[in-house]
Amino acid sequence: MKVKYFAWVRERVGKAEETIEPPAGVRTVEELIAWLSGRSEAYAYAFEKPKVIRAAIDHAHVKPDATIAGAREIAFFPPMTGG
Amino acid sequence: MTGPVTIRIQQDDFDVAREIAALSHGRTDIGAVVSFSGICRGDEDEGKIAALTLEHYPGMAEEEIRRHVDEALSRWPLNGVTVIHRVGRIEPGQNIVLVVAASQHRQAAFQAAEFLMDYLKTSAPFWKKEESATGTGWVEAHARDDQAAARWTKS
Repeated sequence: MKVKYFAWVRERVGKAEETIEPPAGVRTVEELIAWLSGRSEAYAYAFEKPKVIRAAIDHAHVKPDATIAGAREIAFFPPMTGG
Repeated sequence: MTGPVTIRIQQDDFDVAREIAALSHGRTDIGAVVSFSGICRGDEDEGKIAALTLEHYPGMAEEEIRRHVDEALSRWPLNGVTVIHRVGRIEPGQNIVLVVAASQHRQAAFQAAEFLMDYLKTSAPFWKKEESATGTGWVEAHARDDQAAARWTKS
């Protein structure tokens, strides 16, 4: 699945998007965050406060317990500050 | 009749008068047009701002705005809606966002414009980075914006 990062999450991870293949045991958004956090210090820094991070699956906002099964694109970003 | 819906995300500036005219020109069913313009301030609590840089999530930003415009159309009798959000570098005094709501009567137009702005702030995927004399940093979300959006939640 494709993963996209925005704003300071993007800056901390060091890339805007990538394709990942998480193991089968990673079923929800929060489990994916935990798995990503374990990849490197950059990811751990980006996701150091997981409750602050917002997520979207296929362009729609989702909660941390949302299942990632079948997702084409998952995005992680800080709370929005547009308008 | 819900009228035309225009949603644009663009780097270029917009002309408020032209956008209002585009929505209402030549029509006799519209009795009220409310427009809200969001403008880049030069002063924030911490000091002077040199510029803002707006980042967005292409695709989702348009879809999220569309979902809220559709909700506004279902909640109020509107004759047209325009939402324009700029991205890229914006300096103090320049436009950031425009919402125009047209209706037969003012209440629906006022309420729909405010509803759309409250949701643009809290749920449309845009992020502001601030440049000042002391450096650059991401603008933090305000709880007051979440509270403003929560007012519109139907119980």
